[in-house]
Amino acid sequence: MPDPILQIEHLEVDFRTKDGVVHAVRGIDFTLAPGEVLGIVGESGSGKSVTALATMGLLPRNAEVHGSIRFQGRELLDLKEKQLTEVRGTGIAMIFQDPMTSLNPVYTIGWQIVEAIRAHQDLSKEAAQARAVELLAKVGIPNPGERINSYPHEFSGGMRQRAVIAIAMANDPEVILADEPTTALDVTVQAQVLESLRTALSETGAALLLITHDLGVIAGLADRVLVMYAGRPVEVGTAEDVFYRPSMPYTLGLLGSLPRLDSEGTERLRQIPGAPPSMLGNRTGCPFSPRCPLATDVCRETEPDLVVVPSVTSDEGDHRAACHYAEAVGRGDYGRVFSDGVVDNVIR
Amino acid sequence: MAEPFEENFFVQTPEKVAETESGMHTLAVPGVGVGLGGPDAYGLSGEARGQFRIVIGRFFHQRLAMIGLATFALLGIASIVVGHFWQYNYTTITNNLNDPPSWTNPFGTNSIGNDMFAQVMAGVEKDIEIALTVAAIAMLIGVTIGAIAGFYRGWIDSLLMRFVDLVLVLPVLAVLILLSNKLAKQSSNWLGLALIIGLLSWTYVARLVRADFLSLRERDFVEASRALGATNRRIIVKHMLPNAIGPIIVNATLTVALSIILESTLSYLGLGVQPPNVSLGLLVDQGQDSATTEWWLFVFPVVFLIILILSIFLIGDGLREAFDPKKSRVRA
Repeated sequence: MPDPILQIEHLEVDFRTKDGVVHAVRGIDFTLAPGEVLGIVGESGSGKSVTALATMGLLPRNAEVHGSIRFQGRELLDLKEKQLTEVRGTGIAMIFQDPMTSLNPVYTIGWQIVEAIRAHQDLSKEAAQARAVELLAKVGIPNPGERINSYPHEFSGGMRQRAVIAIAMANDPEVILADEPTTALDVTVQAQVLESLRTALSETGAALLLITHDLGVIAGLADRVLVMYAGRPVEVGTAEDVFYRPSMPYTLGLLGSLPRLDSEGTERLRQIPGAPPSMLGNRTGCPFSPRCPLATDVCRETEPDLVVVPSVTSDEGDHRAACHYAEAVGRGDYGRVFSDGVVDNVIR
Repeated sequence: MAEPFEENFFVQTPEKVAETESGMHTLAVPGVGVGLGGPDAYGLSGEARGQFRIVIGRFFHQRLAMIGLATFALLGIASIVVGHFWQYNYTTITNNLNDPPSWTNPFGTNSIGNDMFAQVMAGVEKDIEIALTVAAIAMLIGVTIGAIAGFYRGWIDSLLMRFVDLVLVLPVLAVLILLSNKLAKQSSNWLGLALIIGLLSWTYVARLVRADFLSLRERDFVEASRALGATNRRIIVKHMLPNAIGPIIVNATLTVALSIILESTLSYLGLGVQPPNVSLGLLVDQGQDSATTEWWLFVFPVVFLIILILSIFLIGDGLREAFDPKKSRVRA
């Protein structure tokens, strides 16, 4: 395996608030190989976006970051703001969730791409302009030569997000962080935007950290998946592992809650009962235990570590899950755990 | 992704997920679907309509604002033309003393024989000069301080805003009288006067820009440009300021009008522009004693002062309307 381009170790992010310390990320480790697509999945508040913002050094001032974030072997957490500025855009670029607001309303799309290029490269206006047209063409904007003079409000949501992708590509980054890139979009244009994202990856050779709660998007794009819950990874593995041999009840619940078009039509959507825990203060036990139909006393008392579980694709031990019953869950002993919120087939 | 799947799934499989995804696309929009490239499917023309052009367009559609602009332009041009090409300079002393308006002296002459038409026009020119200088100084200071305070927040903001409060609580007229007495009189220089007024007029725009920046800094595009590696300075100047330009321009216009009023007040009190320079305020002061007998010495400066200030207020009002986001059909 080649040297990882991005390596995150023991990352912890706390926010000091009026009500106490919020532990948004409670220890997360992962590596990102060049050109790899890592999907991070989880509910709102599970620490996905905070992880991305910490990587970019964009967290608000009341955040305390511990651990290590190394990009090309360089420790990002030690960098000064000025040095970070050089990494942002050229080394790591970020795509935000809502293209309606992440583009500057008073400038043309072309201006914004040119601005992104010229923030880092010593290019003439004309050369940057030509590159902007080229980038827009690559992400699939029709008539890029004319569209470069359009303002964001003249673009549809999907086109805007593609323009945002073009901006992220502008400086040939090594890593692209995409924070829910399709969440704000119409389902009908999501596929187009994902296509543009794929183009961006193949053009720049960048690795992608894809943050989403849409498992469909992950299934289509990710090589590896990291499932987060309550600020910690609860299952890590290749996409095949996580989808075909989920070994943590939460993953099971996520997969089970997807609507199916091929069902009889009377089936209700399955949900995971309850809500994710508040991240305020400390607690004991598995954070998922209050919602988990399999939870036992062990779960309520000790928080499980990530342990190696059997994998569908390889024997290298890169499929890991944090559950006291990971093996059994992975084998399928518990069947469809969340069926209408009721446990069926639980053999215990 | 590899395709071999086992058969005994206990949850929904990603294969199904993937099918669902793509199935929905083709199902919902047959035809448009995954049409990357190709003709412009959105039916929009490539012609761009920038915020600026929209604002200009809206401005030119307001009758009152246009009257204001035309009047102001006419006054400005006339004052320069008269200054250069009229038969009398404002310092020229003619043999006609206290003559009422006539063909040779349309606005009459004063007691030492100055042509009042040349004097009034010179006053208009000086007023405009002073007012524009004041506005430039006030905008420069106000925008800089407001932008820095709003962008950085925290102690920088507190410090700068307390400074604004300090300047605000100064009794403007008293300070002006004190300073202009020391400064303007010495140099007998209108620039000194403009500087003083400018140094006291930036507080309002500073608060305005700060308020704008406080909300702008939370907008996603600011974070996005930071994520692209833009420096703070670049973000402030290139990304945020253009978004705050509306209120700044409107306020600049009002500052121009208000500084003319302030300058006239000072000149009327004998502390503003000093002879042999003229300003409208100075002319009003000089003409007031003879207002009942030699009415032309008083009426013409007053009328032109009013017209000048009114025209600028009309422009300002028009600009405010034009920049008003509620009137906008553009989603910003």
